[in-house]
Amino acid sequence: MDVDRPVAPAPAHPEPRPPRRPQKPWTRFLGGAAGGSRGTVVRLALMVVPLAFFAVFFAYPVGAIVTRGLHQGGRWRLGAIGDVLGDPSIRHVLWFTCWQAAASTALTLAVGLPGAYVFARLDFPGKRLLRAVVTVPFVLPTVVAGSAFLALLGQNGFTDSLFGFRLDTSVWAILIAHVFFNYAVVVRTVGGLWAQLDPRQEEAARMLGAGRFAAWRQVTLPALGPAVAAAALMVFLFTFTSFGVIQILGGPTRSTLEVEIYRQTAELLDLPTAAVLTLLQLAAVAVILGVHAWTVRRRESTLRLVDAARTAHRPRGGERALLVAVLAVVALLILLPLGVLAARSLGGPNGYGFAFYRALSSADGSGDGGTFLVSPLETVWNSLRYAAVATVIALAVGALAAAALVRRAGRVLRGFDALLMLPLGTSAVTVGFGFLITLDKPPLDLRDSWLLVPLAQALVGVPFVVRVMLPVLRAVDDRLREAAAVLGASPLRVWREVELPLVARAVGIAAGFAFAVSLGEFGATVFIARPDSPTLPVAVARLLGRAGEMNYGQAMALSTILMVVCAASLLVLETTWRRRGDGRRLSDPTGEF
Amino acid sequence: MTALLRIASATVRFGDRAALDGVDLDVAAHETVCVLGPSGSGKSTLLRAVAGLQPLDGGRVLLDGADQAGTPPHRRGVGLMFQDHQLFPQRDVGGNVAFGPRMHKVPRARRDRRVAELLDLVGLPGAAGREVGTLSGGEQQRVALARALAPEPRLLMLDEPLGQLDRSLRERLVVELRQLFGQLGTTVLAVTHDQGEAFALADRVVVMRDGRIAQTGTPLAVWQQPASEFVARFLGFDTITDGAVSGGVAVTDWGKLPVPDGTPEGPVRLLVRPPGVLLGPADEGLLCEVRARTFRGGRVAVILGVVGAERGPALEAECTLRDAPAEGERIGVTFDPAEIVVLDR
Repeated sequence: MDVDRPVAPAPAHPEPRPPRRPQKPWTRFLGGAAGGSRGTVVRLALMVVPLAFFAVFFAYPVGAIVTRGLHQGGRWRLGAIGDVLGDPSIRHVLWFTCWQAAASTALTLAVGLPGAYVFARLDFPGKRLLRAVVTVPFVLPTVVAGSAFLALLGQNGFTDSLFGFRLDTSVWAILIAHVFFNYAVVVRTVGGLWAQLDPRQEEAARMLGAGRFAAWRQVTLPALGPAVAAAALMVFLFTFTSFGVIQILGGPTRSTLEVEIYRQTAELLDLPTAAVLTLLQLAAVAVILGVHAWTVRRRESTLRLVDAARTAHRPRGGERALLVAVLAVVALLILLPLGVLAARSLGGPNGYGFAFYRALSSADGSGDGGTFLVSPLETVWNSLRYAAVATVIALAVGALAAAALVRRAGRVLRGFDALLMLPLGTSAVTVGFGFLITLDKPPLDLRDSWLLVPLAQALVGVPFVVRVMLPVLRAVDDRLREAAAVLGASPLRVWREVELPLVARAVGIAAGFAFAVSLGEFGATVFIARPDSPTLPVAVARLLGRAGEMNYGQAMALSTILMVVCAASLLVLETTWRRRGDGRRLSDPTGEF
Repeated sequence: MTALLRIASATVRFGDRAALDGVDLDVAAHETVCVLGPSGSGKSTLLRAVAGLQPLDGGRVLLDGADQAGTPPHRRGVGLMFQDHQLFPQRDVGGNVAFGPRMHKVPRARRDRRVAELLDLVGLPGAAGREVGTLSGGEQQRVALARALAPEPRLLMLDEPLGQLDRSLRERLVVELRQLFGQLGTTVLAVTHDQGEAFALADRVVVMRDGRIAQTGTPLAVWQQPASEFVARFLGFDTITDGAVSGGVAVTDWGKLPVPDGTPEGPVRLLVRPPGVLLGPADEGLLCEVRARTFRGGRVAVILGVVGAERGPALEAECTLRDAPAEGERIGVTFDPAEIVVLDR
């Protein structure tokens, strides 16, 4: 390497460097002026696998579907785009999609942020169990949750018979159901970081004369900014593409793009319109992601992360009231619908009992025969297996992507960052259908492979892994990496020895999310799961689609099992990832420095 | 003699600003060199450049004669003790100290022995199992030192090693460090903004300013003969004034001061070190009034204003507690020619 040349601006850094704050690209690690290009090479190498994954399992199937819709009779029919967009009913759908998503997001943040604080900073009995419980709605198939809310708020439902009011005809039912679903997103994404923020930062602000709220507003909120933005983005995306909830609670007048795509594809078989709407949704999601990237750019700063266990304390003073309020919200918003669900599963022709559960163990439990090739109970095993594989795929792909993105870099990489989020905003129906028509021939014939389902599920898991890991990874103090490098650790070794232990908690959270969304994934799985090995949500939907109390009851029973399985696996995850063989806590930081 | 470390016209720029501007520095084996300078003078950047954490925009870093360009930090065989220690929070004390040897594939038994040895050496025997979160500032500093020494680096670099510690601990540790480095024969390059620390620790002191080296020399030489006003003021000498030299004396606000032989005629900048400001009865020499007194250990620094020239530069004298005049008292001042230094302009 030529170091004798006269001082020249380093070509690897197109952006002007801020004075006094040496930026921290990977290049600094590799040493020397050539580090820049070498760093880029490393980043690109890390990105190869995620890029290939997304090209083959996302861009290709979705592209094929859109092509099939707009390319008919040997030529492109782009006129369809204008026709569809000019349709007032479609415009109405678009307007409703946007405003209900915005309202749901605002409501979820308002309800979820106090919850994030309580779960991050307060100690109370049963906290771990409760944290697992609030995550359960997130992984419930939307159809099931929709039914639960219908049972809760609808005609002859819980509130109707008890208090004489019903909400299923108002938009509030949709909004409340969305909060129910996404509460955990805010609590876990924001709370995960909040628990690790050094409380002394806020204490320092208090000592400088800031009130409790002012200190939070000035010190903690900016530190939480990226996590809050990430959570808000996720909630907006989920509610923007909401499907099952709207299907059940929306009635004939309220419909989101996703519901409309499903209707056009599966009911009206109008592929051109579905293709246009898919493109429209993709474009809208791209805009949302663009806005997000623009707002949070460079907001993430190096934070002082401390052990989550050390920041929590017993509630004092006003915090007790806050704790009670949050617990009440959790009880009303989450436990009540789940409870109604469980209660319904225990109902039966002859009063309360396990009739529906007993029926689950046989393939023709409903008595009318031929509902399934396997017993509904076997679908539990299928789901767990698929979700585990999907989690491994999502973690591998997501971790590589996060590693590539952790050093801030030019536009290309930021674009890649946003690209990773696209599957979350894409119609699952489109993806599932796309898998069917594209991955059925050599060289990639996965029609008969069980891998097809975990692959589709991993697609929605990867964005979670990246979103959860990136803020924490970026918050790892660069000088810890440098300290390890000076002590003789190669860049790879630094990653393993320094970052990985520090982000172990984030990896756990990411794995939990990936597992959960895989377990609950419905839209794509319903298209591609083989008839002899359906997943649990697919089985629930099939049962719900059939008439008869026995089928309905079995659906409730199966949903309850899914709920318990989710809660149990989340609980296991919460307790195990933090402990190593020798019993010491992996994520045990830190102290006085 | 080839230097263990040779830095040749090292330059680092952040935007338009040069953090290092053509720095040349040699460090011989077993030598302890202390880089001294105010914050922002580029001294930490110098360490980072030697460690390979900061790429050079120009110049070279050589270790044992070998150019280090292209050698990543983990293959340079140098140790760096960070300003705020940067102990790994997820590892205990032993895990932190063993990190370097582990990276260098030292077998476990030898590693454990080394950890125990080093913890003994830094005065924390048996602390291997402690969590770093439970350590006090001084203990963290010792662990950081043990960790930096563990891989047996050919060059140990310390960034403000004692910066965060309280004064008495700092003074004790400086002595311990100096003895330790003498015992081990370690080559040390340290940076600090504290002149007391630098002078106690170093065989040689390098004063930096704005990315350049302002002066190099033994602590004694730098102390006795600061090269410039910047160095003098940085060392805490504030009795500086303008003068005009003619015929072996300089005419200043403080009257005529003797200057060393060979001082060229014309305008000059003069420093009188505090011991050279001699206090006497008010009717002898320059009439001054005591403006303030500050206590420095057993001695008192007396700040004097010249009567009749209140706007002129103040004088600083040193005397024992017992002899210190009271505030507002008037005294006469004479100067010791041996303590007068002509500064580069």
